[in-house]
Amino acid sequence: MELAMNQEKKIHPQKYMMWMAITSILMMFVGLSSAFIVKRSQANWITLEIPQIFYYSTGVILVSSLTIAMAKRSFIRRLISRYAVWLGATAVLGVLFVVMQTIGFVELWNSGITVSRNASFSFLYVIVGLHALHVLGGVAGLLLMSFKSFSRKNIVYSPLGINLMSTYWHFVDILWIYLLVFMIIEG
Amino acid sequence: MTNEEALQQHSQVTQGAAIAVHADHHHKQSFITKYIFSTDHKMISRQFLVTGIIWAVIGGFFSVVFRMQLGFPDQTFPWLETIFGKWAEGGRISQDLYYTLVTMHGTILVFFVLTAGLSGTFSNFLIPLQIGARDMAAPFVNMLSYWFFFAASIVMFSSLFVSTGGSSVGWTFYPPLSALGEAAEGAKAGMDLWLISIFLFIVSQLLGGLNYVATIINMRTKGMFMTRLPLTIWSFMFTAILGILTFPVLLSAVVLLMFDRHLGTSFFLSDIVINGKILPNEGGSPVLFQHLFWFLGHPEVYIVALPAMGITSEVVSTNSRKPIFGYMAMVGSFFAITTLSMIVWAHHMFVSGMNPFLGSVFTLFTLLIAVPSAIKVFNWLTTMWRGNIIFTPAMLFSIGFVSLFISGGLTGIWLGNATIDIHIHDTYFNIAHFHLVMGVASMFGMFSGIYHWFPKMFGRFMNKTLGYIHFWITIICAYLIFWPMHYQGIAGMPRRYFDYSNWESFKMFEGLNTFISIAAIVAFIAQFLFIFNFFYSIYKGRKVTEENKNPWKSTTLEWSTPALPGHGNWPGEIPEVHRWPYDYSKGDRDFIPQTEPIGADEGEH
Ligand code: HEM
Ligand SMILES: [Cu+2]
Repeated sequence: MELAMNQEKKIHPQKYMMWMAITSILMMFVGLSSAFIVKRSQANWITLEIPQIFYYSTGVILVSSLTIAMAKRSFIRRLISRYAVWLGATAVLGVLFVVMQTIGFVELWNSGITVSRNASFSFLYVIVGLHALHVLGGVAGLLLMSFKSFSRKNIVYSPLGINLMSTYWHFVDILWIYLLVFMIIEG
Repeated sequence: MTNEEALQQHSQVTQGAAIAVHADHHHKQSFITKYIFSTDHKMISRQFLVTGIIWAVIGGFFSVVFRMQLGFPDQTFPWLETIFGKWAEGGRISQDLYYTLVTMHGTILVFFVLTAGLSGTFSNFLIPLQIGARDMAAPFVNMLSYWFFFAASIVMFSSLFVSTGGSSVGWTFYPPLSALGEAAEGAKAGMDLWLISIFLFIVSQLLGGLNYVATIINMRTKGMFMTRLPLTIWSFMFTAILGILTFPVLLSAVVLLMFDRHLGTSFFLSDIVINGKILPNEGGSPVLFQHLFWFLGHPEVYIVALPAMGITSEVVSTNSRKPIFGYMAMVGSFFAITTLSMIVWAHHMFVSGMNPFLGSVFTLFTLLIAVPSAIKVFNWLTTMWRGNIIFTPAMLFSIGFVSLFISGGLTGIWLGNATIDIHIHDTYFNIAHFHLVMGVASMFGMFSGIYHWFPKMFGRFMNKTLGYIHFWITIICAYLIFWPMHYQGIAGMPRRYFDYSNWESFKMFEGLNTFISIAAIVAFIAQFLFIFNFFYSIYKGRKVTEENKNPWKSTTLEWSTPALPGHGNWPGEIPEVHRWPYDYSKGDRDFIPQTEPIGADEGEH
């Protein structure tokens, strides 16, 4: 018992919080996925067309997982200016990802596939949209952290922040892969 | 601060290494950081409590108003027009207002009072104090949790004042009604505000829940193994886990509903004709919404019940001067309830036309969940059995909780059988069931907690005599109100009707309805005894002194703090824990605090 507890103490409580937050976000998408499956088996379902650009944006978000891993490495080696650059790069890729998703939506919309066209596309808009919001939330966090890294007054030594951020960022990345694969298979 | 003061404070701070560690808590706090944007878990807890009490008065008042309609359908009350204006012309509430009141009553009491008010108050207050931590894992996030709740409250309250009225679609907000503004006045702007409010509320619950679990798992003091946690803490942990897993699913339903309302999608809508107009929506499924809703909705009833169970366990053991019976069985049944409650949701949908085979699967799971509930009841009763019971108001309310939980739980077994439920679903039988087992029972758990921990929260005592009167009137009225509803329900009287006088078959209940309404009014008035007692005692109650700082002779850690603990809870080091929290009447000792090492001639329980 004693031993078990000491081991537990090594994980920072806020890391637990991040994992639980991730579980909770995941549950929302599980809710949406199961709604998707239920609806799919009903009448009037039109097969989803996934905009081409979503495949490119997948590449972008995958690369951003690499850049944040680089940021973490630089932080641990205390290469702070490099760390800030990698963080910034991740943020830029995140924004690029969201922009590409939006372009995908605009193209769909202009080709007559609006949000209310069919339940399948309504789901596409909702799911991709909610995911993009989570990416934007992450971008806000990244920007905050890179600004903080320029501050001379409060130098951050603890790797907690970057650890939490990279966990979250990998999560939104993997979540996107899951959603994409899910929509390809089930849609 | 003058220089001398600063110096003096500084010297106090540096008196001992242990205290010095804590120096940062001695900075001066302004009114704003102390009482409003406070990150101290104890202040946040009090904020949840007071907000919850205000909501309880509003939600309770609404039920009095709609009970007056049911109890006195042909009378008029001019003061209603004074309050509600055009919604109660001539002193009789309109049908729209009736439905708004019913909806708001349910929403407010289930979500704002018994979720935020109950677990918000006691999780915040007790988790750090009982596990031996200075504060929550993330105090700032914790503060945000309250302020999201506050924002949700403001939005919900303002929704009552829009010109088309507050939401009137029921606390379960089933589409199509909730999706179509054309369908009812209360499905217009009031409904949008309702959804926004619930959205904020869910965020608040998630932020709070993350904190509770992380704090419990990670910030226990030395020696506080999980198996030495008071049952309150276990209950708060499972409550938070349930919330983290199920509220997001409700969130997805809220988002989809918003799309249906405003962007013309058809997630939940199909083939609808309103006022002769055919809507274009096709292929949607209102039953899908019910699944998403009840995936939260059923766990929600346990989110409400578990904290009350935790509080009851603690209060019953302390005031019976006996160890809790079956500690591990209690923990196990919390776990079983948490798990099972996520796979029984469709028992609320037996009448939705589901496949009878599926219905029988859900019947099976539903009946299974009665087992851990029964284990808990058994354990409370056995704890009290031959105990040296001290009837404090808190203890009475805990006994009341057990009584109500049994009365309401038994009817759950009826409702859990699809074959019976199909006949009594959506009748007053259902109302009787859930009010006894959840509504009133959990209110009793909350009262019990307030009477029990008030001295720790505010450093003063509440008045006992008022507490006793409050208890007896409330429990008698609770049974007088809800017991007869079983008979009405079995006779087929449907719930959510504005007026029954058109039905020959329900004429026989006219007198009974009046009787129930009078009991409801008396119960409501009696709550002011509590409210007066509460607020009066905060300022004028008998003070808790250092000698008397453990008034109930409890073993748990919170009573080892100073009479009125400051920021950081313990002025010195956090005490170490050496034993479980239920060492009552052990050997020749009345109770042994958790901080006391196990003696040489003593076995651990
Ligand atoms: C012995 C265990 C229980 C069983 C078998 C059970 C079963 C049921 C069933 C089958 C229904 C649906 C009735 C209908 O809509 O026709 C129901 C309704 C309800 N139950 Fe229970 N229940 C149990 C315990 C509880 C507990 C512990 C709570 C709360 C603390 C609770 C709260 C509710 C609520 C709020 C509703 C009504 C929701 C609504 O329609 O608005 N039940 N129960
Ligand atoms: Cu249920």
